[in-house]
Amino acid sequence: MNDAPLAVVLAENWNYLVVITLMMSGLFIVISRSNLVKKLVGLSIFQTSVFLFYISVGKVAGGTAPIITGDPDTLYSNPLPHVLILTAIVVGVATTALGLALVLRVHAAFGSIEEDEVLAMKAEDGLPLLRRVAGGEDGE
Amino acid sequence: MSIYALFNNLPALLVVVPLLLSPIAALIPSGRLAWVTALLGNGISVIAAMLLCSVTASGIRITYFLGNWPPPWGIEFVVDDATSLTAMVMAALAFLATLFAGRALASEIAAKDVGKAYAAWLLACGGLYGLLMTADAFNLFVFLEISALASVILIALGAGQDRRALIAAYNYLVIGAVGATFYVIGVGFIYAVTGSLNMADLAQRIPDVEAGSIIYVGFGFMVAGMLVKAAVFPVHIWLPAAYSYAPSAVSTLLAAIATKAAIYVLARIIFTVFGGVPEVTALALEWVVVPLSIAGIFVGTIMAIYERDIKKMLAFSSIAQIGYITLGIGIATGAGIAAGFIHIGNHALIKGGLFMAVGGIFLATGARVSVDSMAGIGRKMPVTATAFLICGLSLIGLPLTAGFISKLYLVRALLDNQNLLIVGLVLASSALSVVYLWKIVEVMWVRPAQVDVMEISERPALYIPLWVVAISNIWLGLDAGWLVGAAEAAAASLLGAGG
Repeated sequence: MNDAPLAVVLAENWNYLVVITLMMSGLFIVISRSNLVKKLVGLSIFQTSVFLFYISVGKVAGGTAPIITGDPDTLYSNPLPHVLILTAIVVGVATTALGLALVLRVHAAFGSIEEDEVLAMKAEDGLPLLRRVAGGEDGE
Repeated sequence: MSIYALFNNLPALLVVVPLLLSPIAALIPSGRLAWVTALLGNGISVIAAMLLCSVTASGIRITYFLGNWPPPWGIEFVVDDATSLTAMVMAALAFLATLFAGRALASEIAAKDVGKAYAAWLLACGGLYGLLMTADAFNLFVFLEISALASVILIALGAGQDRRALIAAYNYLVIGAVGATFYVIGVGFIYAVTGSLNMADLAQRIPDVEAGSIIYVGFGFMVAGMLVKAAVFPVHIWLPAAYSYAPSAVSTLLAAIATKAAIYVLARIIFTVFGGVPEVTALALEWVVVPLSIAGIFVGTIMAIYERDIKKMLAFSSIAQIGYITLGIGIATGAGIAAGFIHIGNHALIKGGLFMAVGGIFLATGARVSVDSMAGIGRKMPVTATAFLICGLSLIGLPLTAGFISKLYLVRALLDNQNLLIVGLVLASSALSVVYLWKIVEVMWVRPAQVDVMEISERPALYIPLWVVAISNIWLGLDAGWLVGAAEAAAASLLGAGG
């Protein structure tokens, strides 16, 4: 494989190109956006690229799905990375859900979800809103 | 039989008990009972950690197969000297923080949230213990995220006092998730070339891998991820806001135990998993960990000098103190790693005590504690202020306090290594830390109290755990034999496992 021209190597490993593209765009969104929801979108893209990376690693060329066929010559793909990613997906969902819940609270307390606007505000501005968040729905 | 079974399952119990008690705490309607549940969970953890310590002290390395699946197929828990020491420190401080939280948390957050807060509290503790125990690289990621998500919830609870806690929690969530994902990418690379996730198994296979550059890449991602979690400069930016806007009890818990577990994992990765390829780890230690630690020590200390808000000042000082720990681990000699582990224990005591004291002052005065609002506190709240002073002196590293022992062993390890420049820098930074602490001490005792500060009553529920910590600071300063011995054994087991 090392003797092949670069273009061929890249073409044969196009799935890794997808991974790298998604990974870099996701990370860039997290760093560059100030909208808190867009940041979470970027985070999700970043995490998804890692899922694709693991699944690509687990694929054995010519291998089939790892379900026992009874034929000893069957070539199976490696099921372990897929199972790991199942766990990672659950973690990713939990992270996104918690992040969105926090954004809702930020919106209720600050009236904005733009990070630069929120950071410019002080703790004292809009205290009544703050009490509403702390006291829950009954808004004591 | 049952006692025997309990003993055999000790490593799992330390993790499972807090995790199982967590949903129970969430369902209990009374905040008081939820607190008792959390206290119970953390009490059991202390006992389990003590028993683990006594077993490893006799030279036994405990391995535990979850579900009886032997490694490398199943997940393995390993407890050696390094694990049991860190677990002991963390469990003891978590218990004291829980004791402190009984009064503190209930006064800072809405009554209906208290039960759920303790559920997150127990989850965070369980996740952090899991981080110590697990010998499976991917399982480690899961525990990392359990503890991180629970910590985010705890930090966000500070919104009842200061809405900026929400932003602090959000930033911790996003930065922490990026760090954890970096770690997973690294594990993916290493798994691709070794086909294993068990740490001991990885340590054996990594030196034989031919595609050496992939080892560098995987190692780089894993270490970068853990540096974020350990809040090593310059990826510490989530820490000051998170610690300063969280409720007092949560600041105490996180400052005392959260970053310690990440530093332990960092040492595990460098010395156990990649112990067989010293050319890879030496590169990271010499060019990344040591310079960043020194930079962190100075940046943290200088930021603390200019900060007026006490909680934020303590958080910046934490960044400097984390620098001392990673510096010790970074010089990678037995004495250096031992110094790092000594400071893991001592810093947990120092910072736990300081955050408890500030929490006590906050609850008594009802206002965010800044340098100016601490005027006259020394005479108004002598019990709390004296404990603050003891922990503060320990932070500077005055003789007869625990902090002195840390500095002594760190400097000694550096001298063994002929790092005279670094010795000078460490001593200079200690002198700088006097500046910000003296500022507080002066304000507390010399300046007269503000007019609006009327009678202040100190509550035993808040100052008893604080004084336990303060006395431990002195006790470990006078008789550091146990801690030093345990830390040296920890260093030996970390270096031995890889070699």
